[in-house]
Amino acid sequence: MSWLIKSSIGRKLIQSISGLFLILFLLFHLSMNVVLIFSHETYDFLANEILGANWWAIVGTLVLGLGVVVHIIYAVILTLQNWIARGRNRYASKSKTQVAWSSKNMFVLGVFIVLFLFIHMYQMWYQMQFKDLFGIEGVRHDGAQLVVDVLSQTWVLIAYVVAFIALWFHLNHGFWSALHTVGWNNDIWMKRLKRLGYFVSTLIVLGFIVVAFAVYLGYTNLLV
Amino acid sequence: MDKDINIKVKVWRQNGPKEKGRFETYALKNISQGSSFLEMLDILNEQLINEGKIPVAFDHDCREGICGMCSLYINGHPHGPDGEITTCQLHMRSFNDGDTITIEPWRSAGFPIIKDLVVDRTAFEKIMQAGGYVSVNTGGIPDANAIPIPRDKAELAMDAAACIGCGACVAACKNGSAMLFVAAKVSQLALLPQGKPEAARRAKSMVAKMDELGFGNCTNTGACEVECPKNISISNIARLNREFLKAKFKD
Ligand code: HEM
Ligand code: FES
Repeated sequence: MSWLIKSSIGRKLIQSISGLFLILFLLFHLSMNVVLIFSHETYDFLANEILGANWWAIVGTLVLGLGVVVHIIYAVILTLQNWIARGRNRYASKSKTQVAWSSKNMFVLGVFIVLFLFIHMYQMWYQMQFKDLFGIEGVRHDGAQLVVDVLSQTWVLIAYVVAFIALWFHLNHGFWSALHTVGWNNDIWMKRLKRLGYFVSTLIVLGFIVVAFAVYLGYTNLLV
Repeated sequence: MDKDINIKVKVWRQNGPKEKGRFETYALKNISQGSSFLEMLDILNEQLINEGKIPVAFDHDCREGICGMCSLYINGHPHGPDGEITTCQLHMRSFNDGDTITIEPWRSAGFPIIKDLVVDRTAFEKIMQAGGYVSVNTGGIPDANAIPIPRDKAELAMDAAACIGCGACVAACKNGSAMLFVAAKVSQLALLPQGKPEAARRAKSMVAKMDELGFGNCTNTGACEVECPKNISISNIARLNREFLKAKFKD
């Protein structure tokens, strides 16, 4: 299996599968967020009993973390190798070739997402699962309230929305690109996959943004 | 109507592979818009020779868009601003009086500069030698109708076979990737029954050679497809990925 890391298509496969896995996770994450709008109690139940510091949630977290790390490591490897492959001398005239903006800026968009992840992980995960696991003081079990506390700050809302927009661009290219990489594409499916990618990225990002605004404006726990 | 125009060309000059290059700007008067881009460069070279200077080296051969020898990165586009043609098919009517045209060689680690605008594209030959063929076993000529080929397959194979190996895909790609070229060469054979028996070996060894020669990892920006003078579709890249992954997972 060494071809996975030794060949260009193998490396792209790693990037593609890890990316698709992260998209699946985002869909799951979004459904959790939506629960928050309806009921804090259900949210906290899910967060503490289903997720929390259970062995399966820990395994899940580790697998997810591995996915993120692999995706970032290969993002760096691919971007560096491609930069070198471009050659030492660059064109003096700016490229006028019309291509999708996001396809040229996947790494930069990814960096925005990483910056967001640092903030987000510190604000949420560190306060809950991490502190719980390592017996650090000040563990929060009231996940829903924690989210409300964090997201009622305006700067947090703005930072989150900026990151979501970066994510939207990343997924707009990433979704169809990932399927293209695994070989699932042809002239007919190209249009469909691009449209589906547009739909999936909009669904995820719009969902996140709507929930963030709802929390910021106090529209949560609506069923109570 | 075609006019005579006065233009300036800003050309990359480099004496040899290891020398330091630089841009030189030359003025050209009364260039007919009806002349081709390469004719304009011929006129420039005549002018340079008459001035006792060294002419600009550039690649060309058939001058009718079929051999893949011409190149040039013109004003931010491989093969110039006009779509679906090679540089030799580009005409001066794509430019206006007073324009300064920037002319650069293909720039990519896989295509080192030999002199001025000429780059070394033997990397493509090496990739072809790695498997871009059907092994010929001598024997009687089979009847053409003995091997039925579905029409859509034949069409796709012919579309892929339109690739002339000019390298515009590499020149256009921000990753210096040769995937469109390799994809076209793998596809034109993988789609046909004659190419099937060696399809797995071909995909693996051509991709291995491509990687070895320092071309980048394709990230599906699609710049290659936009600039390809022969309209090779990036769907071929999906097919190459499929062929390659299938072959590797079978091992
Ligand atoms: C929620 C997080 C993320 C998701 C869902 C995601 C998803 C994807 C997907 C689906 C692809 C396409 C793979 C392919 O082209 O085969 C991709 C590519 C890529 N991602 Fe991410 N990604 C995420 C975060 C990141 C981060 C944090 C970085 C790092 C800095 C990053 C950098 C890249 C790069 C450089 C590529 C390759 C460019 C390309 O193939 O077009 N991504 N991502
Ligand atoms: S010189 Fe033959 S394709 Fe341009």
